Amino acid sequence: MITNIELGHYLTLGGVIFLLGVVGIFLNRKNVIVILMSVELILLSVNINLVAFSTYSNEIVGQIFTFFILTVAAAEAAIGLAIIVSYYRNKGSIRVQDINEMKG
Amino acid sequence: MPYLTIFLPLIGSILGYSLKSLGDRYSEVITTVFLFISAVLSIVIFYNGIVSEDYGNYKIIEWISSGSLKVNWSINIDPLSSIMLVVVTSVSFLVHLYSIGYMSNDPHKPRFMVYLSLFTFAMLMLVVSDNFLQLFFGWEGVGLCSYLLIGFWYKKNSANNAAIKAFLVNRVGDFGLAIGIFLVFNYFGTVNYDEVFAKIGEQSAQEINFMGLNVNLITLISLALFIGAMGKSAQFLFHTWLPDAMEGPTPVSALIHAATMVTAGVFLVVRCSPIFEYSQVALNFIAVIGMITAVFAASIALVQNDIKKIIAYSTCSQLGYMFFAAGVGAYHVAIFHLFTHAFFKALLFLGAGSVIHAFKDEQDIRKMGGVWKKIPYTWGLMLIGTLALTGFPLLSGFYSKDAIIEFAFFKNSKIGYYAMTVGILTAFLTAIYSWRLFFKTFHGKYNNLDIPIEKTHESPLIMLIPLIFLSIGAIFAGYAFKELLIGHDYQDFWRNSIFFLKKIEHLHLPLWLLFSTPVLVIIAIPLSYYLYIKNSDILSSVRKLNEPLYNFLLNKWYFDELYEAIFVKPLKVIGLFLWKKGDQNTIDRYGPDGFSKIIKYFSNKAIKFQSGYIYDYAFVMLLGLSFLLTYLMIK
Repeated sequence: MITNIELGHYLTLGGVIFLLGVVGIFLNRKNVIVILMSVELILLSVNINLVAFSTYSNEIVGQIFTFFILTVAAAEAAIGLAIIVSYYRNKGSIRVQDINEMKG
Repeated sequence: MPYLTIFLPLIGSILGYSLKSLGDRYSEVITTVFLFISAVLSIVIFYNGIVSEDYGNYKIIEWISSGSLKVNWSINIDPLSSIMLVVVTSVSFLVHLYSIGYMSNDPHKPRFMVYLSLFTFAMLMLVVSDNFLQLFFGWEGVGLCSYLLIGFWYKKNSANNAAIKAFLVNRVGDFGLAIGIFLVFNYFGTVNYDEVFAKIGEQSAQEINFMGLNVNLITLISLALFIGAMGKSAQFLFHTWLPDAMEGPTPVSALIHAATMVTAGVFLVVRCSPIFEYSQVALNFIAVIGMITAVFAASIALVQNDIKKIIAYSTCSQLGYMFFAAGVGAYHVAIFHLFTHAFFKALLFLGAGSVIHAFKDEQDIRKMGGVWKKIPYTWGLMLIGTLALTGFPLLSGFYSKDAIIEFAFFKNSKIGYYAMTVGILTAFLTAIYSWRLFFKTFHGKYNNLDIPIEKTHESPLIMLIPLIFLSIGAIFAGYAFKELLIGHDYQDFWRNSIFFLKKIEHLHLPLWLLFSTPVLVIIAIPLSYYLYIKNSDILSSVRKLNEPLYNFLLNKWYFDELYEAIFVKPLKVIGLFLWKKGDQNTIDRYGPDGFSKIIKYFSNKAIKFQSGYIYDYAFVMLLGLSFLLTYLMIK
């Protein structure tokens, strides 16, 4: 049985990806890079939502915003990676368990 | 000129302190020279006062002007204060000079000289004040300096204890003085002497309610003031601090605890003679306390072994003389004795210092003896001091002490005769213990096992010069000033500074009284020489027979132990209780300590939230955001 792919399907996909991203941040105990990837996932899910709504309501603005968000995400990824690299140089590890300097 | 006289010691002490980094010599020279100038000026003031009646009140600055309370800092030059100026500055100068030699091995010379000068300033403020408040300032100032100087060797525990003891005992007396001043201000509306004294006559019969008792106002004021005087002058019941104060360096003992500060009480009584004259009760009380102190201190001095303590008790005893002289109304004689006493007592103390110096800090007279040929100058000067103290005819102590006994007799009352008897008895005791001190120190066998006799040495010249000056005073002060101060025309000199309700009658003196004291005093010399040097077996057998009495005297009538039991121990217990139970276990426990404990407990719990892992923070943020959103949506 073939059904049309409706708005609801897109939103569900976006929601699933968002949850994957969030849970990835909390449950990840290994690597900071995984956190970075999870953040990217969250942004992507938002993008899917934006594109879906934009098509649904025939409004091009949503798709334009998606491009902005992609750009920002790229820049953020670059900065995040740079921080991770310099952190590794200083501490010799990017394991999440080792990064607890803010402990009171 | 009066300004310079008063403020030079203060300037000297400030300069001496600020220049101490340049070297000890600067402080010593500056303080001593300033004191010298001050002493010369005082003598000029005294002389001008006698010759051209050049008295007056020099205002320094207004101090307090609040409602009816108007108090000035001022310099009041009158006969009484001018003679005190001479005593204080000249003895102080000589002590300064002596200290340069005596303290030459001490690492803190500038501090010592600065304290001495500061003390002199405070004492001068006390004597020249024209109101009770400035007097109180000086009173506390000398108390403070006395504390600092007794505790000068602050590394010695006993010195610290003695300093605190002196301060505390004085505080009890000062409390009385303060109450006296409050009463004066409350009932007279002013604290200036002139205004108070002018109003005394009309208030003399007023009765007030004091702690549920109806008391005569004047009597109450007099007694309160006299309690202050007792504290400062180490009278009976308040005397315990004076012997302990001998922990300080010897020049301090000479200046503060013999010649000047302890006489402040006598000065206060004489200064307030217009008040005391109206209260026969207070006068009798003064006389009785004076008599008790005189005999009591002399009896202790008989058996003490520390050279400075003997002289300290002797000071106590002589102060008793001055007080009962004031108590029988012979204020001018009290001041005359104060004047002569300052010279010979300072001489004795400084001489004792010289002896201690010769024996390299040995103070026990049982470990001295036989050295009079080795230290002839000290020996001679001590001889003069001892003769003057005992009242050997024609030396200064003779005139003043005999005058006290005579005036007590002239008083022609019961208390006067008691005072006379006590005076003669104490004069005899004084002679015995003075000669005991003298003979045991200089004559007989050499008893010191630590230092060979060849090592004892005469003091340097700078220590001997002040002694020579003082000995001149001890010899001639009585003869030279007798006519002026206590002669027939004594009121020409004293004018208004001393008030006599009724003029003291100068009766004819019976011959037996005239001769009794000098004869007793002279008999005492060979007697004590025989007892203490020639045949000390008699004494030791007497001592064996009266062991309890001997111990009673040796332990100073057990006053220290008594006070320890009555005051110190209970207060310690109360203090410990309040500290441990009251303060630490109640107030602190439930107050500041409790709060900090609670806060510490909760913050220790709160720390757990701070894991330091970023994902925890992010999780909390997300949770918060979710709650916020949910809340907004539901609303």
